[in-house]
Amino acid sequence: MKRNVLPGLPLSLGITLFYVALIVVLPLAALVVKAASLGPAEYWAIVSSPRAVASYRVTVLSALVATAFNLVFGLALAWVLVRYRFPGRRIIDAIVDLPFALPTAVAGIALTTLFASNGWFGALLAPFGIKVAYTPLGIMVAMCFTSLPFIVRTVQPVLEDLDPALEEAAQSLGGSDSAIFVRVILPLLIPALLAGLSLSFARSLGEFGAIIFIAGNQPMETEITALLAFIRLEEYDYQAAAAIASVLLITAFLMLAATNLLQARALRYTARS
Amino acid sequence: MIPTRRKLPRVGDGPIIRRVLIGTTLFFGAILVLAPLIVIAVEAFGQGVKAYAATIAHPDTRHAIFMTVATALIAVPVNTAFGLAAAWAITKFDFWGRRALLVVIEIPFSISPIVAGVAYLFVYGLQGLFGPMLEAADIKILFALPGIVLASMFVTAPFVARELIPLMQAQGRDLEEAATSLGASGWRTFFSVTLPNVKWALLYGVVLCNARVMGEFGAVSVVSGNIRGQTNTLPLHIELLYHDYQAAGAFAAASILATLAVVTIIAKVALERRGAGRRPALAAATNEPKAGNRP
Repeated sequence: MKRNVLPGLPLSLGITLFYVALIVVLPLAALVVKAASLGPAEYWAIVSSPRAVASYRVTVLSALVATAFNLVFGLALAWVLVRYRFPGRRIIDAIVDLPFALPTAVAGIALTTLFASNGWFGALLAPFGIKVAYTPLGIMVAMCFTSLPFIVRTVQPVLEDLDPALEEAAQSLGGSDSAIFVRVILPLLIPALLAGLSLSFARSLGEFGAIIFIAGNQPMETEITALLAFIRLEEYDYQAAAAIASVLLITAFLMLAATNLLQARALRYTARS
Repeated sequence: MIPTRRKLPRVGDGPIIRRVLIGTTLFFGAILVLAPLIVIAVEAFGQGVKAYAATIAHPDTRHAIFMTVATALIAVPVNTAFGLAAAWAITKFDFWGRRALLVVIEIPFSISPIVAGVAYLFVYGLQGLFGPMLEAADIKILFALPGIVLASMFVTAPFVARELIPLMQAQGRDLEEAATSLGASGWRTFFSVTLPNVKWALLYGVVLCNARVMGEFGAVSVVSGNIRGQTNTLPLHIELLYHDYQAAGAFAAASILATLAVVTIIAKVALERRGAGRRPALAAATNEPKAGNRP
């Protein structure tokens, strides 16, 4: 092994560890300690209360629908941006990042205004009996917005690097466009799609700012888990807030583990090919 | 690259499928992304320019802008220094637990901002670890600027580091090793060799970090206490106006942050032209030479 001649390890690693410990690890540890101080029976009573369970249901279901929509829409958008040339393409490519750049509170009030029953889109949908704002549908719209860039931005580079020879080979063998897409192109995109999918889903589960404006926030119906933790805090019920926040934290860690696992598998997959 | 000898129609190049795909994605893109941006402008000036100016000039709005800028002025430089230190340690040295450290740095990215806010409450709040001690010493962290800054730092901790690490990993250590073996000091090596090579990626991370700090809502709303004219940042002030049935005022305040978002995107595109910007996350873990960035 080569001896490392570069200086600065103690200083840079010292700063890094200190900062990570103070800013990231300490607060999360404090939260875990607080939640653990409850005792199993009390903890379980809080996290399995009907209102908490209803909040998990609406959060997870909305996140699933939003992620499914973004899977299709994000893939289509990435495809259109990579494969077609049309006026305005570069602007669209840039604007895809708007959900990352626009503060969530701003997105929240804008989407609510658009989809309220007297808003531009809400008024169009009202005659059909479709209400978006202040219903679970509104939560899904907000989640679609905030997590839109993930799948586009993970799929886009892979699609750009796709070797045209693969398609040409399939075409020369007489494959139809749809058959080539499903059997040649899509399998190559799957690692990127999965990575984008897990990022998008995790973001939807934790989103707060954009959702609380449009959701209506009715307990048992349109109250997301993050908001429930916030409400418990405002009621000075710190233990319940800690318990519910810990559920979100555990979910985030599980998602993180799943993402890392997927990436490791995808790496092995690309290393083989 | 395959030379362009002929134009064979590729998959999906048929005129019908092409039109349908472009049309559908533009339609949904307009509804989901473009319309919010337009509605902010329309609503902000809906009551006329005078009302707009009055909202912006209101002392509470100006104080919220001040709080937001002050937070960014502290949190962004600190996070930048951290990002540089972390990237130097992780990419220039091999040590035990390197991979684990990478994972820990990325944690804030996958955690709900509300969880971050609640967690900070249990460190610095009266119910928390240091709360009683801080109260006795009369130091105010929560419901004041320090708490807002700390929560913002948590949320954006990975922003600069994750732009630098894959790039510095790909660039390797040869140049730095050459510089030090020729007698340059560590700082000299860092400033004359490393920094020029990563400046666009660094700026890219700083721009994104700043946008997130200025726009952070969830974590800050837990730790700030929402005291009007005192601890409200701009995003919190927007919420307050909106729930006060002052929609035009809320949108006027929102238009400032929307402008920031547009400027951020323009800066992002400009920096991507200079080679900054992320490659897929997969590449971060490999030691392959840097693949071409998106044009």
